[in-house]
Formats: sequence, C-alpha cells, structure tokens
Amino acid sequence: MKNLIKSLLFVIIFTPISSYSDNIAEGKKLTFDRKKGNCLACHMIDDGELAGNNGPPLLAMKARFPDREVLYQQIWDPTKDDPYTFMPPFGKHGALTKKEINKIIDYLYTL
Amino acid sequence: MLKKLLIFSLLLPSMAVIASPEKDYDDFVSYFENRFPDTPFEDYKNGVYSIDKSAREQWEAMEEFPPYELNVDRGEELFNKPFKNGNTYGSCFENDGIGIRQNYPYFDTDMNKVVTLEGAINDCRIKNGEKPLSYFKGKELAHVSAYMAYTSRGNKFDVQIPNTKEALDAYEDGKRLYFTKKGQLNFSCADCHVYQTGTKLRADIPSPAIGHPTHFPVYRSGMGRLVTLHERFAGCLNRIRAKSFKGGSDELNNLEFFTTFMSNGLEVNGPGSRK
Repeated sequence: MKNLIKSLLFVIIFTPISSYSDNIAEGKKLTFDRKKGNCLACHMIDDGELAGNNGPPLLAMKARFPDREVLYQQIWDPTKDDPYTFMPPFGKHGALTKKEINKIIDYLYTL
Repeated sequence: MLKKLLIFSLLLPSMAVIASPEKDYDDFVSYFENRFPDTPFEDYKNGVYSIDKSAREQWEAMEEFPPYELNVDRGEELFNKPFKNGNTYGSCFENDGIGIRQNYPYFDTDMNKVVTLEGAINDCRIKNGEKPLSYFKGKELAHVSAYMAYTSRGNKFDVQIPNTKEALDAYEDGKRLYFTKKGQLNFSCADCHVYQTGTKLRADIPSPAIGHPTHFPVYRSGMGRLVTLHERFAGCLNRIRAKSFKGGSDELNNLEFFTTFMSNGLEVNGPGSRK
C-alpha cells in the first residue's frame, strides 16, 4: 500500500513535466525530420543546420502567436488564409497528424 | 449576381485575346529580368548557375572535364547503329538528325499532338520495326537524345505554336500543369521555379523557370548517369509527393511544350552536368 501511494505520487509529480519535455524533444525531431515537418527547408530554426530562407525565421513564437490555435491552423492548413501560400497544408494533406502538430507547437513555443 | 455574370461573360472573349503564348512569353521573360537584373538573358541556359555565383565556380571546374563525354560518344554510336532493317535514326529526321534539337518539341497538326525529340526518336524506332525505349534510368533513349542535343549546341530554341485550337489547347494544358499546385506538399512547378527561385530551400536554390529544357538530358553526378527531361519532371512530382505521369505522356509532352516555348531564344547546351 505504501509502495502504491509512493508510485502514485511519483506519477502525479513527474508525469506532466516529463511528458511535456518529451513532447518538446519529439516536437524538435518532427520539426527537423525531412520526412515529417522538414521546417528547416524554409525556416531558420535554433541550431538547425542548412536552413532555407524563403520563410520567416522561427523566433519568439509565443510573442508572435499568443493564440495557440492560430499557430495550429497555420500548420494544419495555411491555404485557408492564402490559397497561393508556399507553405504546405501539413495537417489537411495528412503529412502530419494532430498529435504531431501539437508536439511541434510545444517545441516552437520554446523558441 | 446576374449583372456580375453578364460583365464576366462580356469580358471573357477579350481576356482570351489578351492571353496568348507570345504575351505569356514576354511576361515570363520580363519577370525574370526584374527578379535577377544582373543575369543576362542568354545566361539562363545555365539553369541555377545563372543566378548562383558560388555554385557556378564548382560547376565550371566540373565542366572542364565533362562527365557526360562518354555518354555523348555512346549516344553517337547508338545513333549510327543500323536497325535490323538497315535504316538508322538519321533516316527519320531532317538534316539526318544533326543540329535539330532546337526545333523540338513541335505541334504536329496532322496528329494533333506535341512531338518531343525523345518521342520522335521512339516514333522512328516503331516505324522501323523496333520497340520504343524507356525515358527512365538513363538508357539508350537518353544517350541518343544527348548526342542529338550535342550536335545542336549553340542553335537557339525556336518552338512554334501553330494557330489552331488543338495546338493552343496543348500549350494551355502544359501551362496549367505548370501553375497547378499538386501533391501532398501542394507545390506547383511555378511555386519553386517562378515565385521562390533564388531563395534557399535547405542548401538548394530552386533554378529559374526559363532555360530549364535547354541543357537536357543532363548528366547527374549524384546518380552517375543521364536523366531525361521527363524523368526529371517525374522526379519533381515524386518529391512533392504527387502522382506522376508516364514518360512520353500527353501531360509531360504538353508541359515540355510550355516550358520550352518559355525558353525560346536560348541556346541548346545539352547535355548539361548537374550535381
């Protein structure tokens, strides 16, 4: 019983933090992965190498996108705002899942 | 609403008159003149190297010992090798097939379709009882085409669009494909090669749209072989995760018709070399 309480406490205390930091690490991986976000193709990001320059650098993301939903929509389907945009509709076209986009946003918000 | 429709339908005929291949060509060329004021028109035949000075130095060093030399020799051999019936490729072409690359593709008003050089090479084989060749993997078709381009170096592209409905439709079809967003990544040819040319995609600079077909087939050192224009089109479609078209299909023939018309006035410099 004591052990159970201990382990439950452990879960309660550490789960949110560790899963959040896991999300950030996974989000960074998805952001850089050429087969997933491949965001470096167009955006300068943090320590990413060989970044492209036809999109804006991803900096101060929380200040630029205070509303998480706006950033989510920009990755899910940027053609909704601008049908001629160069940015692919990652979510709408199934290149990234909802979960993956959310992890990417967790990472982007650290920039 | 009705009024809008009426105005629109009144405008339609005049719009059709305004949009012509010649007008498109002028718009296209002046777009690039404004985009890259330091690049002389005749230099667009060099593709991305016309706008990327640092990559150009490496490329020029590579061209001192052209990696495609053996391919041109092999192409010449194949070009002159008689078919089983004794005829050669030369028998199917004007001037025995020498120095004619710049006239392709053309619109055949009898068959009502675009004929590319590689399509004509295959037609020639069929006419002489041989099987047509694949556009892919840098085999015989790419070699013969590379040799024929080589004999045409310095000649200027002069693609004609006959003033028939069918020819203009083929041109419009190629133009539409060029500007239509496709695939999971939702890119059109124009997205990279018109609007974003000169910017960086990772470490690569997308080349300008005019001058694309002049240096095909190309020898790609990364692949260690020749690549035809249609294989390159297919490779592009594949990379934007779109369904591709077959080599020699009407879709790719029409696309070649459009892009080559946009390169009129530039010199043939195929085969080119690329990384």
